Amino acid sequence: MVHKNIICPVCGGSCDDVQIDLDTKNRTIDVQNACKMGNAKFQEVVSNHRLLKPTIRENGKVKEVSWDEALEMAADILVNARRPFFFLGSETSCEAQEVGLHIAEYLGGPADSNATICHGPTVMGIQESGMVGATAGQAKNRADMVVYWGVNALESMPRHMSKYGVFPRGYWTKRGRFDRTMVTVDPRVTPTAIASDLHLQLNPNSDYELLSALFTILNGREPHPSVEEITGIPISVMKQTVEMMKESNYVAIYVGLGVSSSYGKHRNIEIALNLVKELNNYTKCNIGALRGHCNVAGFNQLASYLYGYPFGLDFMKGYPRYNPGETTCVDLLREKDVDAAFVMSADLVNHIPADSAKYLAEIPMVCIDIAPCPTTTASDVVLPGVIDAMECDGTFYRLDNVPVYFEPFTDSPFPETKSNEDTLKQLFAKIKARKEA
Amino acid sequence: MADVILKPTGNFDLTVEAEVVTPDNFAGKTTEEIGKLLVWQGPKEYPLTDFFSVQGNGGNSAEDTTIIVDGDIPRVKRIGQEMTAGRVLIKGSAGMHMGSGMKGGEIIIEGDADSWAGMEMKGGSIHIKGNTKDHLGCAYRGSWKGMSGGRITVDGDAVSQVGGGLTGGEIVIGGSVKHFCGIRINGGLIVVKGNAVRTVGAEMTGGTIVIGGCIERFTPGFEMTGVESDLKFNDIECPGEYKKFTGDYAIPQKGKGTLYVSCENNECL
Repeated sequence: MVHKNIICPVCGGSCDDVQIDLDTKNRTIDVQNACKMGNAKFQEVVSNHRLLKPTIRENGKVKEVSWDEALEMAADILVNARRPFFFLGSETSCEAQEVGLHIAEYLGGPADSNATICHGPTVMGIQESGMVGATAGQAKNRADMVVYWGVNALESMPRHMSKYGVFPRGYWTKRGRFDRTMVTVDPRVTPTAIASDLHLQLNPNSDYELLSALFTILNGREPHPSVEEITGIPISVMKQTVEMMKESNYVAIYVGLGVSSSYGKHRNIEIALNLVKELNNYTKCNIGALRGHCNVAGFNQLASYLYGYPFGLDFMKGYPRYNPGETTCVDLLREKDVDAAFVMSADLVNHIPADSAKYLAEIPMVCIDIAPCPTTTASDVVLPGVIDAMECDGTFYRLDNVPVYFEPFTDSPFPETKSNEDTLKQLFAKIKARKEA
Repeated sequence: MADVILKPTGNFDLTVEAEVVTPDNFAGKTTEEIGKLLVWQGPKEYPLTDFFSVQGNGGNSAEDTTIIVDGDIPRVKRIGQEMTAGRVLIKGSAGMHMGSGMKGGEIIIEGDADSWAGMEMKGGSIHIKGNTKDHLGCAYRGSWKGMSGGRITVDGDAVSQVGGGLTGGEIVIGGSVKHFCGIRINGGLIVVKGNAVRTVGAEMTGGTIVIGGCIERFTPGFEMTGVESDLKFNDIECPGEYKKFTGDYAIPQKGKGTLYVSCENNECL
């Protein structure tokens, strides 16, 4: 059967125009409009390696058990821990993350999400400076200058350039690509850089100096000449870039991990945000991050409105506290400051530094995932995941922090649970029963 | 003067938050009462005696009380937080947030101190004889105002974000620093006798920074205004010739910050 307007649950683009044809008899799925990454994820719904049975590890051996047994053991691990850590991954709905946050608060453990190993510094920069934002549609209809800074959009968010950034015909950009000037700032010559009109090939880890010099030029001053050697960009080119920005009608800047995860981290983002604020004295300018996962922005939104901080929350004292470097995932694991873990919809072991991953594998771990991965291998309890946007409904926040409600086109393969939210609610009930007994 | 000696004896497998360990809290208390003060490990509170053996009574007031920690406590955080008077002596290494928000008194750490020492402190002094890590005397996340008074002295090295958002007080580093030393300061004084890697004084709108060693990568928004020699800030002396810069012009302020950079070690600037 053909389903239209399906939301894609892969990258932060959360494309809303995917068309699928699911053949449940032959177990095949035909996907239209999605990119390569999107297509691969949709194939998971009919894949052979899908996790379908809960498993636990007993005396070093993995065995299949009933849902109830697995949930009981998961609840035991989390209740018996002195400081359980909750990693609420971003490949699931806000609804599931919300239950996870409430469990973390109830047990007094730290809770974190993918932002901590991704655009966390961007969120911290926003906290320092505030952000001039816009929805993707605004930028599509108005922007006549597009800057990709530290991001290779063509490969990391393949449909961004065609859907919002460069090629689409907008209301005030009727000729599409011909009405836009495209600038890429990247130390590498990426396909995105090749497709742009101007490529500022700066030296690695010199984003702060380049932004600072652009800002100095914008303020009518001459930057210190040493900046040419530090960044590898001539001051004349910097001046030309600032002039181009000032002369444009609307500048849309998209930042990637090249800015937020090179030396300087949130300070890079902070000065970029300040530069954007100041540019608004001359023209319209907005900035946005190209987020990695379909709901990575969702956790930040959710945690901010529920508990006041965007990620790296610590409920140790009963109220939320936040200090990246102390209460964030990698640091807690490196310092061995937690003694059990719950990981949902994120292959965490695969994505953190080796020391942290090693400790994570040593402590008791409960994991919800859809397919075998290093995290499921290192877990003591594995609960099969339900695929959001395919098998259950819920909410994602898109890259521009716009909530997107998604509906399923098929049902959860498990009679015991309808969604990850449902699984977590069952787990929370068991945890509460133990604590209150 | 009354000395209270704490000797670490407990299991620090999870870090411990001991913000109660201040002369203010110990003053007027007996050994037994001090031992019953509660510290946090994970989401639970335990008496201090679970982690430390306690000897001696507190003095009549905070001024009369000296706390001596006889050992390394790298996994104990927040000692001396918000203290107003008295002395804390740590005969080893200390954990995060030492003396954060302190208003008076003195902390001496004979070993290394972890990050966030003297965060947003308002008065008093901290002397770290070893090295320290990031965010020394810095502002809390999202805040624009860091340390506003007192003095921090580090004999060894510090890492990044030293004195972020400093509005007053002095920080003297005997060794070197890395990134963003004096980010967004608008008052006070930072003296670094060793080298700095990059972005010294970034976004500063006031205050003074002195770098005695070499700056690997200079901040673009500074302009040189002259050369001065043998700088003196009250009792802090910086001998030698220094190039004087003002800035940071990268932010729309009038460049009221002053950055002195050693002539000898920075010929290329």
